[in-house]
Amino acid sequence: MSQYVLRRLLIAVPSLLGISLVLFIVLALAPGDPFSELATNPNVPPEVAAALRAKFGLDDPIYLRYLRWITAMLQGDWGFSFVSRMNVDKLILQRLPTTLYVIGSAQLLALAIAIPVGVYAATKPYSIFDQIANTLAFIGFSLPTFFTGLLFILLFSITLDWLPFVYTTDIKATGFRWVVEQVRQAIMPVMVLGLFQAASMTRFVRSAMLDVIRLDYVTTARAKGLGQARVIVKHAMRNALIPVVTLVALQMPAVFGGAIVTEQIFRIPGIGSLLISSILSNDTPVVMAVTFVFACLVVLFNLIADVLYGWLDPRISLR
Amino acid sequence: MLDHELRTMIDEVKDGRMDRRGFVQRMLAFGLTAPMATQLLAIGGAAMAESPSVYKPTKRGGGGALKLLWWQGPTLLNPHFATGTKDQDGSRLFYEPLACWDPDGNMKLVLAAEIPSLQNGGLAADGTSVTWKLKPGVKWHDGKPFTADDVVFNWEYARDPATATVTIGTHRDITVEKIDDLTVRITFKKPTPFWADAFVGAPGSIIPKHLFAEYKGAKSREAPNNLAPVGTGPYKFVEFKPGDVIRGELFADYHMPNRPHFDTIEMKGGGDAVSAARAVIQTGEYDFGWNIQVEDDVLLRLEKGGKGKTVYAVGGDTEFIALNFTDPNTEVDGERSSIKTKHPLLSDPAVRKALAMLVDREAVKKVIYGRAGRTTPNFLNGPEKFVSKNTTWEFSIEKASKLLEDAGWKAGADGIREKDGKKLKLLYQTAINGPRQKTQAIVKQACQKAGIDVELKSVVASVFFSSDVANPDTYAKFYADLEMFQIPMSQPDPSQLMRRFHSRYVATKENKWQGVNFPRWVNKDYDAAVDAAEGETDMVKRAELYIKANDIMMQDTVFIPVMHRLKVEAAANSLRPVVSGWANETDNLFDWYREATG
Repeated sequence: MSQYVLRRLLIAVPSLLGISLVLFIVLALAPGDPFSELATNPNVPPEVAAALRAKFGLDDPIYLRYLRWITAMLQGDWGFSFVSRMNVDKLILQRLPTTLYVIGSAQLLALAIAIPVGVYAATKPYSIFDQIANTLAFIGFSLPTFFTGLLFILLFSITLDWLPFVYTTDIKATGFRWVVEQVRQAIMPVMVLGLFQAASMTRFVRSAMLDVIRLDYVTTARAKGLGQARVIVKHAMRNALIPVVTLVALQMPAVFGGAIVTEQIFRIPGIGSLLISSILSNDTPVVMAVTFVFACLVVLFNLIADVLYGWLDPRISLR
Repeated sequence: MLDHELRTMIDEVKDGRMDRRGFVQRMLAFGLTAPMATQLLAIGGAAMAESPSVYKPTKRGGGGALKLLWWQGPTLLNPHFATGTKDQDGSRLFYEPLACWDPDGNMKLVLAAEIPSLQNGGLAADGTSVTWKLKPGVKWHDGKPFTADDVVFNWEYARDPATATVTIGTHRDITVEKIDDLTVRITFKKPTPFWADAFVGAPGSIIPKHLFAEYKGAKSREAPNNLAPVGTGPYKFVEFKPGDVIRGELFADYHMPNRPHFDTIEMKGGGDAVSAARAVIQTGEYDFGWNIQVEDDVLLRLEKGGKGKTVYAVGGDTEFIALNFTDPNTEVDGERSSIKTKHPLLSDPAVRKALAMLVDREAVKKVIYGRAGRTTPNFLNGPEKFVSKNTTWEFSIEKASKLLEDAGWKAGADGIREKDGKKLKLLYQTAINGPRQKTQAIVKQACQKAGIDVELKSVVASVFFSSDVANPDTYAKFYADLEMFQIPMSQPDPSQLMRRFHSRYVATKENKWQGVNFPRWVNKDYDAAVDAAEGETDMVKRAELYIKANDIMMQDTVFIPVMHRLKVEAAANSLRPVVSGWANETDNLFDWYREATG
């Protein structure tokens, strides 16, 4: 087992190096530069921008810049943002709690809806409940989040005036009020993201469950005289959840990576909005750090998913 | 009235022999309007006079929280590193300059005690130096006194190339010395009629010596106060998250009486302009929204029964189409649009004039800019005293066609005009931005009717405006026949703007396209007018020279002005923001207050 994990980790090293190289080259070849805003400012002579480019090493050849970046990264130095002139790790850590809270809640909401609904729909396929759940799921994952987001804002903020649509990280309240406000402002983004996720996950859980529920051992369990609830939860669901675990594990990096569109709509200061604003301002060190960390997380959670398989289904052996 | 008589009277006002009101009344008798008369005074060197404040509150604080929404959040808080205006806006909450600009483009004192003038000895008669007297008793937020040493330090800090400031351009050609604790003198290398550049306005904000002295030069990025400003401003720093939020609270020892009005301040960043307008005008979640570049009919709809309104500030920002005087399709020494070439089509003045007649400015205003734009025949649109009255514009497809016809451009089989085998086909580029693409479409349509084929090209703004030497799509390279953009005017003075088009600043491969004369236009008369204006200390003559420079440009049709753009902001109905078209939105923040009744 530990040998398996070690081998997987070793295989991950070259693939991560490859990912970082591709990312870096794509970013370096992309047009634009972080000091373009200076060019529109008549107060700043153009040679100032040129001097800044030289100072931050933007005029060096790509391979030199990449080597510099990778050596720093290996030493734990995530780099220095051109745009904010502060360390990238600090910038990311500042944004992480918000993203974890909002996207994490959305994932939990999605699971809390998808598993019971999917399982129940699978036990009674083609019943009215199943039909309705299916229809809603189709609608849910057909509507993009930027659309539902705007729809929610129009309905709940502007027409009904119930919820705020600008997310603030510093709520001026303490104790219970603070918690209430914190929840209130997260309702809309969590709903938008959570329902979207729940829709596709429901379909997934349902079909995984349908596959299992028809197997002979489930019939055997029923024949033993076990109750319906026990059969479903203990015997069918555990096996049906294996593919769901993969899905959830692969969603986990997204919890850290944020949701670009939703964060932009609700002005949530998360990793997603940091990434998009850094891309727009060509702040390469920040983009590199965020995407690279994201790549590491994908690799890591893939591994975790594989390890979890072994635990959920002892028949799968890891070698 | 004789010019001489007028001058004597202006001099009398300057010397104090006649009061301003007396002068204005005499002018009224001559049939001039009051604003015109004050304008004359302003031109006459009595300029830089402070206008009365509109601030009403009679005590400090009590205004509650002020919530500002900047849809591009500031990413750093050191004015010397501010890459964009959003960063200057953020720094300006805490740091202050010696003086700033009010909505009319007049100077307003902040950290200075008086406006330098010839009378008080602040200005040298030959225009080579300016002496600032500082306000006594000003304290930094940490309680330390503000002195001349701080001002001198800012100059040393900014002009050091190793510090990598963006304000180096302002500081490298001047010398700043301390006369005494509350007096500094700035010496210029040559006579400088516009002396209010360094230490004025948001880019001139002053940082404390005692906290930054150790971090001058290469160590500048390590300064802890880069992210936690300690300034002299009305609000004290509380918290900063780059790109997200800045918070501040009332500074009890602020040097202006009864100010600030608000107890706390919050500047939230992120999102987009439309939803920012919504959050201010429709739901009232925020008090003020910055730079609301949203189509006018959307704003009008939001304003119906809303909780806020739009606020406009007039500055000198002009959206224009630049014409390429060189050939973008011929390569000379590995360089397209080389100054050694001549544009095959646009070198004909008739083509340029016809193009100017084909830009329907009224339609652009009606369809796109609405209340946020004014049509104009001029490239230079402010301050008022520099605006030419000698120019006109018109939109007429018939006249344009006739002009081309007379110049020998005859329509071919495909309806496109041609002459000597050269077809009137033009490439028209601009940055990607809703209003710009719509303007392109309006111009293209009119051109088509007149027999000119226009191909449209739009480039992502971050590429178009970048200084990337390797990219062919930048506005500096100008590998097109026409291009449209705007150059913001950040000071109520035309010198920076007009200097750009001097022939010595032609963008070439040799200067790595850092020259800012993108049309690559060379005109001796223009050069002479701008050169003369830069050294002219007589304000009347100086204004005349800049007007002349503008007229030469318009005569030559170097630019086709599309729109004089206004700043658009959104504010809650009860908020009384003071916003100048000549400065950053937060430049007059100390004068903002909330009216008790909505």
